[in-house]
Amino acid sequence: MKEFDYVAPDSVPEVVAVLSEHGDRAKLLAGGTDIIVQLREGLREADVVVDIKKIDEVTSFKYCDENGLALGAAVACYNLYEHPELSKLYGALADSTHIIGGWQIQSRASVGGNLCNASPAADSIPSLIALNAMAVVAGPNGERTVAVEEFCTGPGRNALENGEFLVSIQIPAQCNRSGSAYERFIPRNEMDIAVVGAGSWVKLAEDGTIAAARIGLGAVAATPLYAAAASESLLGKAPTEENLATAGELAKQIATPISDMRGTDEYRTHLVGVLVQRTLTTAVERAQSS
Amino acid sequence: MSASKKVHVTTSINGESYDFLCEPRHSLLEVLRDNLGLTGAKEGCNNGNCGACTVLLNGRPVDSCLVLGVEVDDAEIETVEGIACSNNLHPVQECFLEGAALQCGICTPGFLVASKALLDKDPHASEETIRFDLSGNLCRCTGYDKIVRAVQAAGQQMSAEA
Ligand code: FES
Ligand code: FES
Repeated sequence: MKEFDYVAPDSVPEVVAVLSEHGDRAKLLAGGTDIIVQLREGLREADVVVDIKKIDEVTSFKYCDENGLALGAAVACYNLYEHPELSKLYGALADSTHIIGGWQIQSRASVGGNLCNASPAADSIPSLIALNAMAVVAGPNGERTVAVEEFCTGPGRNALENGEFLVSIQIPAQCNRSGSAYERFIPRNEMDIAVVGAGSWVKLAEDGTIAAARIGLGAVAATPLYAAAASESLLGKAPTEENLATAGELAKQIATPISDMRGTDEYRTHLVGVLVQRTLTTAVERAQSS
Repeated sequence: MSASKKVHVTTSINGESYDFLCEPRHSLLEVLRDNLGLTGAKEGCNNGNCGACTVLLNGRPVDSCLVLGVEVDDAEIETVEGIACSNNLHPVQECFLEGAALQCGICTPGFLVASKALLDKDPHASEETIRFDLSGNLCRCTGYDKIVRAVQAAGQQMSAEA
């Protein structure tokens, strides 16, 4: 690995100052599971590595009924799926974090890092989209929020400007009768990159029909997608197999996948329909039992 | 950019306090093996895929090739060297030996550390859980079945002793 300096500031403004000074010669370190590999393999270079794990709001998470979950950008994956309440409230995120890499990776890798790394196939992003999450970004001009579906701008690229970094992710509070789920298709059982991933969230009305729904898709375009038409098609509908399958068909229409060694374009598009229907089914079951 | 200064790090490894100087670019795995002479953790892939470098960092299994040495200031680390109790092998080590759960052995330290962490959490872990939780440890020799059986046997011993 090439030489770099290491700093570990304990406040958000200090990080912004280092980033403003060094531009893209400064690289953030959260869990390190992507950036250390990228630095070692020469895919990215840094003069200074900025460890953000000394900052409380970046490494902590808290839930309240009013604002939902404030998830620090460097909170490691296991905190979500091991948490008895959060894993129920945010089923999709628990599903995602439990299959990002293996156990060792989950001890370090964070949802915030997964988002910033902006892989089209990132497992947590379709879940964040489904859960209607907002990225909380700090920079030289203070704080701003970006909807998660607008955060990724291309493979490996995100909406962060010079001097900015992701502090936390804000995810709306969950009520009774809401549920969510994530599934991906991979040819192995674990430790693989999604051929397609889908995250779904639903909220049921008192009569059991769907009051709100959001569907996120991964690995079917240059960035993870929000499937708007598919999500809206469910409003006011009963969660029948047929209606959920229709949403899957609509989601297929926005998929523009590539063909590569993991799967052809046609195969991936087919998987979108299957995974959307499956995750919706699980989300509805979780909503009914919540 | 000037050559990076070495950073002074104090950490606890297997219950003993260690001080070392390291460059920011050096991984915990490099520090353990090259600076501190703790060569139990192995380098397989050096990119987070194989788990041969697994150690516990504040009680959680991590790939030490994906941790910077400078990050572990004030941390608690456990390596495979700390698993046996003086002259007695830990049940997980005994069972790996008895069950022939290793051939070349390069993956073994990582499997031992991860398996012990898994059994400390749940000595009755199911085969499915064992296979899932050890999916970040690769073995190119054994075909995994003997490893899984050794972990199950160790779990039984540990709960019998407890
Ligand atoms: S050497 Fe660290 S995971 Fe392979
Ligand atoms: S025993 Fe050779 S890699 Fe596992």
